[in-house]
Amino acid sequence: MMMFIFRRLIQTIPVVIGVTFVVFFIMQLVPGDPAVLLAGEGASKETVNAIREQLGLNRPLLVQYFDYLLNVFQGDFGTSLKNSQPVLDEIMVRLPITMELAFFSIIITIVLGMAAGIISAVKPYSLTDTSVMLVALLGISLPSFWFGLMMMYFFSVKLQILPVAGWDSILHVILPALTLGAGGAAIVARMTRSSMLEVIRQDYIRTARAKGLREHVIIYKHALRNALIPVITVVGLQFGALLGGTVLVESIFAINGLGRMIVDAIRMRDLPVVQGGVLAASLIFVIVNLFVDVFYRFFNKRIELN
Amino acid sequence: MSEKNSPILEVKGLKTHFFTKHGVSKAVDGIDFTLRKGETLGIVGESGCGKSITSLSILRLIPSPPGKIAGGQVLYKGKDLVTLSEDEMRKIRGNEISMIFQEPMTSLNPVIPVGEQIAEALRLHQGMRKKEAWIKAVEMLRLVGIPSPEKRAKQEPFQLSGGMRQRVMIAMALACTPEVLIADEPTTALDVTIQAQILELIKDLQKKIGMGVIMITHDLGVVSETCDKVAVMYAGNIIEHAPTEKIFTNPKHPYTQGLLNSLPKIHEDQEELQTIEGSVPSPYNLPAGCRFASRCPHQKPLCHLQKPDLIEQNDGVKVRCWMYTDEWTKHTEKEGAVK
Amino acid sequence: MVTAAEKKVLLKVEHLKQYFPVKSDSIFKPKAVVKAVDDISFHLYEGETLSIVGESGCGKSTTGRAILRLDEPTDGNVLYSGKDILSLNNKEMRKLRGDLQVIFQDPFASLNPRQTVKHILNEAMAIQNVVEKPKRMERMLELLGYVGLPQEALDRYPHEFSGGQRQRIGIARALAVDPKLIICDEAVSALDVSIQAQILNLLKKLQNQFQLTFLFISHDLSVVKHISDRVMVMYLGKIVEIADKKNLFDSPLHPYTKALLSSIPVPNPVLKRERVILKGDVPSPINPPSGCRFHTRCPFATEKCKSEEPALRELTENHFVSCHFAEQLSQ
Repeated sequence: MMMFIFRRLIQTIPVVIGVTFVVFFIMQLVPGDPAVLLAGEGASKETVNAIREQLGLNRPLLVQYFDYLLNVFQGDFGTSLKNSQPVLDEIMVRLPITMELAFFSIIITIVLGMAAGIISAVKPYSLTDTSVMLVALLGISLPSFWFGLMMMYFFSVKLQILPVAGWDSILHVILPALTLGAGGAAIVARMTRSSMLEVIRQDYIRTARAKGLREHVIIYKHALRNALIPVITVVGLQFGALLGGTVLVESIFAINGLGRMIVDAIRMRDLPVVQGGVLAASLIFVIVNLFVDVFYRFFNKRIELN
Repeated sequence: MSEKNSPILEVKGLKTHFFTKHGVSKAVDGIDFTLRKGETLGIVGESGCGKSITSLSILRLIPSPPGKIAGGQVLYKGKDLVTLSEDEMRKIRGNEISMIFQEPMTSLNPVIPVGEQIAEALRLHQGMRKKEAWIKAVEMLRLVGIPSPEKRAKQEPFQLSGGMRQRVMIAMALACTPEVLIADEPTTALDVTIQAQILELIKDLQKKIGMGVIMITHDLGVVSETCDKVAVMYAGNIIEHAPTEKIFTNPKHPYTQGLLNSLPKIHEDQEELQTIEGSVPSPYNLPAGCRFASRCPHQKPLCHLQKPDLIEQNDGVKVRCWMYTDEWTKHTEKEGAVK
Repeated sequence: MVTAAEKKVLLKVEHLKQYFPVKSDSIFKPKAVVKAVDDISFHLYEGETLSIVGESGCGKSTTGRAILRLDEPTDGNVLYSGKDILSLNNKEMRKLRGDLQVIFQDPFASLNPRQTVKHILNEAMAIQNVVEKPKRMERMLELLGYVGLPQEALDRYPHEFSGGQRQRIGIARALAVDPKLIICDEAVSALDVSIQAQILNLLKKLQNQFQLTFLFISHDLSVVKHISDRVMVMYLGKIVEIADKKNLFDSPLHPYTKALLSSIPVPNPVLKRERVILKGDVPSPINPPSGCRFHTRCPFATEKCKSEEPALRELTENHFVSCHFAEQLSQ
């Protein structure tokens, strides 16, 4: 097991480097010349060229990349074009907020999704099952921004029971977390259902019945533990989609997180910030995946050896 | 009748049918037998004869839909298990009537330690507390011959071999000292040398606990070594029911005879094995008369018209065949007369 | 039956080894290996049925697969009619496969569910090119006749047949290419007793009809006794005993063989016999016991058995056993 973790950590290094590579070179494709942007409107050609020299933008791309890579490893994610502050500082302010949002959203995904999945699986092909699965289908199909806006309109504007925007109290968390977590919840619900249905057909469930165990013990103690194993991977993968979703949700609900930082920076052509933000998000994703892999491997080992 | 030999389980006219889109499958269609204290009854037959369904029916473990106990009684301690409520049934399962299954590899929960799988039955049925139940669980593992039981109890099934897993299943089934143990093909999936160990174990424990055992198998060798009485099943019915020795030395029903003849025997030389022509009728489409008639070397028109009853002969053997009835002699006499 | 005078060696297996690597957790720990078959040598005579018996993990199925190169053997020689099979390239091997056929255990899994019987037989013949296209139909009907299947079977799919019938299809497929040697890998184990009898009778009949040689792999000693000329007993990758059928069953020399024979439940309640019930489980083939592999469960094991591996030697005529104390134990 330790060997596996060690190996995975080693594997992460080329992945991280690859991420920086992709981020750097994708930024090069963004239209707009950073030197021109920095120089401002109406700057002379000499000024622009001077700035370009100063920033080292006329060096070969690969050289620029290695320079960038070196900086990143030293903690220098660049400087914002707008306020000349280190990008990393800005990220560190916003990151905890996004993490909170992601955390609550994942909770919604897991709790709502699993509950729905279990309810459906216990009474397959019944009215309950069909309705829950229908709602799940809607959850996957409806665009999250529409869903978020609708909820905001309904609960904040019409009913006035939840705040529209901001991030101060627990009430602020509810709508954004729901919006972000709903799509994942739907996927988890379907996955849980099919996994439970398969587990319930297994021989060891028949043994549990033959022992005279009560139905809820059979479902929660015997079946669920086995059924959740594939669901865990799905949840882990959902995290990636979640990170992407923060961009939209933070914008809609005016939350000062990483996603919104990136969106605003794109609009304002503050490329270093965009670059830094995307890099940060990618790194988080890689780390989370590492955890999911180790977690999954831990559970799978028992099943594999069976 | 001494108390030792009093009946503990009486099955009368049990019918279990399955209602599917292909029609009605009469998997078990009228079964009668009695199990006495301390006795081992073997239910033997080939695949599809209904023996496993019989055992599942006793404990009401038939998936319903599409299955249903369509008739008959299962009398245990004066109560009819067929009409008992689900709650009362649960109190009996794993407690007074236990079952062990064929596949030890898949019949234990892969993510729960084996000690816990035994202990939970003890906590539930015997009201033991956590610590008490765990100690007893370890004792049970020791009883079934698992070395270092304290260590093994904390392990999960994948860490144990097939033979050991089957021992765990036995420990689980016997933890609450049941009156009846139903063993559904308990050794079919095991190696022959391990099989011998397990059968020996079941015999030992039966003597210790004094329970009745229903041994379900397709292996006539196993029946010979472990059972006191045998019921041979074919197409949902019992066609012969006799003390073990009589079944082997003097099989009455043509199917039983055919079955014994088709066995390659270790202690005899045979050039060619005898076979039974034809195949088993589908449970969706059973013939009107004797279900074995179309494959029987002695078949007569009478056999196709009406199904014979299970009738007890002078020597205590019950057989379901027209040949052992008065009608047969009348029939053959008639034939003789016509010729 | 083959007499001693006519004995021509069809297959010669020499020091066959089949090791499978096991995934190890650490780069520091040496790679673990499953020694499924660990240096076995035996002959197969033309026209006979040699059975390989043993329990799970003994290596009998692995031996069959290694001979056919379904898994490439780790080491050793397999000589078919004098030719070294293991050194042939793919093209040459393919040509040889027509002579070496196999029938598998699971009649459900070994037939392609999407192919009709006609398709299955046709494919077999086409690959080996034993029969020209125009004559194939005739040959197919002939094959069905040999195995006792009706003509209508040609257009049906495997799922429309019972287990026993599917096994017959498997036999027909093996026969389609005019083989000399057929390896039966637990060919009747998945069948009901009465169907098993039919298939065993069929195999015997076909052997006589076509002068086939069978390598019959099974765990069921009763079946083995019925169909074999000679029997080979394996335990944890090694051969423990080889003998003519009668000798093996009447006077087994190896303690394991004796235990195996006495473990079999016999359908004869009147027969009294001495039962040897082995203690403990079969050891893991990843870490087999030192010396004689059977010493951990042998009721007669001594210090010598723990340290020294016994060689397979001929004790009485044509009766080979690998046990240090076979002479003493047979008294």
